[in-house]
Amino acid sequence: MSDLHIVSQFQRELDAIKAKIIKMGGLVEASIVGASASLYNRDAELAEQVRAADAAIDALEQQINDEAARVIALRSPNAEDLRLLLTVIKVSGNLERIADYSKNIAKRTRVLLELRSIEGSPAALRRMAREVELMLGDALNAYVQQDQALALAVIERDEAVDQIYNTLFREFLTFMMEDPRNITACMHLHFIAKNIERMGDHVTSIAEQVVFYASGEKPTDERTKADITSSDATLSGMNPTRSIGAE
Amino acid sequence: MIDTPKGLVSPTTATERVAASMAKRKKSERNFQLLGRSAIAVALAFLVVLFFSIFSKGLPGFFQYYVEIEVEIDREKLDPTGDLSLQSLYDGDARGVIRSALYAAVDAEGRKNKRAAGKLISAGAEQRLRELVYDDPSLMDTTQTLRFALDDDVDSFLRGFIKRETPENDRRISDKMVEYIDRLQSDGKIVYAFSDYLIFGSASRNPEMAGIYGAFIGSILTLSVCLVLAFPIGVATAIYLEEIAPKNRITEIIEININNLAAVPSVVFGILGLAVFIGIFGMPRSIPLIGGVVLALMTLPTIIISSRAAIRAVPPSVREAALGVGASQVQTIFHHVIPLAMPGMLTGTIIGMAQALGETAPLLMIGMVAFIVDVPGGVTDPGTVLPVQIFMWADFAERMFVQKTSAAIIVLLAFLITMNAAAIIVRKKLERRW
Amino acid sequence: MEDGKMVEPQKVDAPVRPDIDLAKLPNATIGDIYVENPRMTARQVRVNYGDKTAIEDVSLDIGGSEVISFIGPSGCGKSTFLRCLNRMNDTIKTCKVSGDIRLNGGDIYAPDVDVVPLRARVGMVFQKPNPFPKSIFDNVAYGPKIHGLADNTGHLKQIVQEALERAGLWSEVHNRLDDPGTGLSGGQQQRLCIARAIAVSPEIILMDEPCSALDPIATARIEQLIHELSSEYSIVIVTHSLQQAARVSKRTAYFHLGRLVEVGLTDKLFMKPQHEMTNNYITGRFG
Repeated sequence: MSDLHIVSQFQRELDAIKAKIIKMGGLVEASIVGASASLYNRDAELAEQVRAADAAIDALEQQINDEAARVIALRSPNAEDLRLLLTVIKVSGNLERIADYSKNIAKRTRVLLELRSIEGSPAALRRMAREVELMLGDALNAYVQQDQALALAVIERDEAVDQIYNTLFREFLTFMMEDPRNITACMHLHFIAKNIERMGDHVTSIAEQVVFYASGEKPTDERTKADITSSDATLSGMNPTRSIGAE
Repeated sequence: MIDTPKGLVSPTTATERVAASMAKRKKSERNFQLLGRSAIAVALAFLVVLFFSIFSKGLPGFFQYYVEIEVEIDREKLDPTGDLSLQSLYDGDARGVIRSALYAAVDAEGRKNKRAAGKLISAGAEQRLRELVYDDPSLMDTTQTLRFALDDDVDSFLRGFIKRETPENDRRISDKMVEYIDRLQSDGKIVYAFSDYLIFGSASRNPEMAGIYGAFIGSILTLSVCLVLAFPIGVATAIYLEEIAPKNRITEIIEININNLAAVPSVVFGILGLAVFIGIFGMPRSIPLIGGVVLALMTLPTIIISSRAAIRAVPPSVREAALGVGASQVQTIFHHVIPLAMPGMLTGTIIGMAQALGETAPLLMIGMVAFIVDVPGGVTDPGTVLPVQIFMWADFAERMFVQKTSAAIIVLLAFLITMNAAAIIVRKKLERRW
Repeated sequence: MEDGKMVEPQKVDAPVRPDIDLAKLPNATIGDIYVENPRMTARQVRVNYGDKTAIEDVSLDIGGSEVISFIGPSGCGKSTFLRCLNRMNDTIKTCKVSGDIRLNGGDIYAPDVDVVPLRARVGMVFQKPNPFPKSIFDNVAYGPKIHGLADNTGHLKQIVQEALERAGLWSEVHNRLDDPGTGLSGGQQQRLCIARAIAVSPEIILMDEPCSALDPIATARIEQLIHELSSEYSIVIVTHSLQQAARVSKRTAYFHLGRLVEVGLTDKLFMKPQHEMTNNYITGRFG
């Protein structure tokens, strides 16, 4: 771990930015937890709280960006400090997007509560959200501690999240084909699943920033995208030419 | 402020205390200034007294009494062989011609009276006449009003040093002479004029004929020799010691010795010159060459020390710049260091010269005290220098020498002041900003 | 050493925390000390002032047409190493230089080497502008004159003009070439010193903190000048300003306690230095 800056004010400014990112990370984690719980427990009030809490997160992102710009302008940082400030801007952006998805989930949850419930999906979604929440926690820890190994592990775990999404995608298709009355609910659930999957991608992006911050280089491996739904037409297991509704 | 304050005082307290201390500080400042000013005033007073006494004694020395009489420039008497040669003139009777004119002027009759009249005029008058006729032969066989110097006793009488009231037996001037002097004065023939003898005459036992010309030339020759020897050697030594010599024991010893030489009494250099140049090498005594060498030895430490200081004052950045562009050490010294150090070197040299100008003791040792009548023509002709001349004149008994000595001192001082002024002008002209 | 004593030995500051820092020094220089077709090469250079070691085991290549900057805290040896490259250390009596330094393959410390032509090929610009107390023209003309570079007076005038043009000073002084060089402003004086160095057609120009006595505008002009000159000359610049090193140089070398800790491309070194000490220095951590 490096020593402290000779100019203590500079050190304090950097520490303050790190503290803000941690705080923001905490708020976003709480947002994920809240959104997931509100969906699983069918809690409209909680969903509303999650939606309302997003404003604070947006404000924090703005603050972090402003302060990072200020430190760059005034301190002419080099090396490690410069990498911190460049990555903190991106990480806060990623966190803000994650929180937006979370807010979105909360909004859809309120709609879902008026629709029929679908068996099994909320549990899977809860599992998925939990995994993303844990990944986010680890990614932020890795960021603050400049732990490359942890960050790379987080990147790996995104594959599992993608797998869950693939499974859910097939399930929703099945449900929708079984009973057209499920379609509305399944569409919303699908969007929620997609949001969570995108959250996972943003957490992966945070982890990549950690690697750059710690080592000065971007991770070279291609991010394994296990989400094949956009590229594989046979996912439904049925003949793609067959129109929906038949049989 | 109840407990004793420790450490730095607060700004308000500091302001108070500083203000409180101002009165005392201003007082001691004023006292110091007063002390300084009064010291300057005393010094100036002494200076005024000094200059006043010098000038009051010395200025009269620039003048002396002459008599203007009508002289029949008789060719036959002056130039017996008629060819206007020097030999003829010396064989002729210039003295007689002058005496005749004098007798006529005072109506002197009788041998005793004529003798008295003859004593009125300077012994050098006849030489004057000869020179006059030699330069301008057209004056022959004409009657001219010529001016001749009066004898030094007459001069002293006219100035009032030989008093009329003194009984005749105790006086150097007889009553008859007094009578004639009164006569000439009432006829308006006695003139108090600028003494050309002082400036253009050489050493002489007769005060009215004595002058500093020979000594002046001797001083110039001696100083020239001194300068020609001391300046190049001194400057080169300074350059060597400052720029080239390695810093080791030998160089240290050389430096110590040079610094000590500056404190050696000048008479020692005279003894050195006497022993080495005159004793061992057998060179003639009393010539400006030896005098110059002795003075050069004496002046060298001054020049070396001031030159070294001037060289040291050149900032190292100039040297680095020169070296950085690829100048060799020699080029750096001669193109950059010396031009910048030159004002200091020259000032030191001129001050050294001024010092040498006033030196008497070492030159006495090598014999430049001889009574030299002829003006030295070159550095190997016997000569003397101004301070020595003054020293000799101070010894002589005649009253007129007192004035002339003071006058010579004024000339010496003028010479010194001129040299110092030259030093200042040179330094101002060559000073460069870097 | 063949010159006599000229300047007083430089005072070398004590390093900040010698005992702790010594332990952290790497065994060998990190980064790439070699370049292709170097103009100057230095191998295992060691410099002692009396019994104090100023720099130890420094090896580095200086390439053609590149700007390389030396950075490091006070007393780290960067100026000492710079002055080895044109043998200006010869002027300090107690200084001993060992190792192999070559200019275009020739050992500059060989016994038969004359420093005078060496210093024409490796020019130097100093921290405080030091024009000669002569006219502007004579300042620039002095070098070519003593080295006999000009065929005649007209050629000399052309050399002076071109040097002043390259130094970006011609337009400001062309009508007052007889004015004293010391009458110019600080920035102009430094450009005059650069013109003076250029006038002898060097291959390498060494600059020892050339802008430390100048205001920001003058500094910017000199930095622009360095950029323009780098296409023709190799420039080695010692600087205390990290930002200046970042702005002007293609490679940066970090010295500490007399060792060359790290050398590398400037953009890489300032984004991700490889050694902890380099990182600490350029981020301002010396805790």
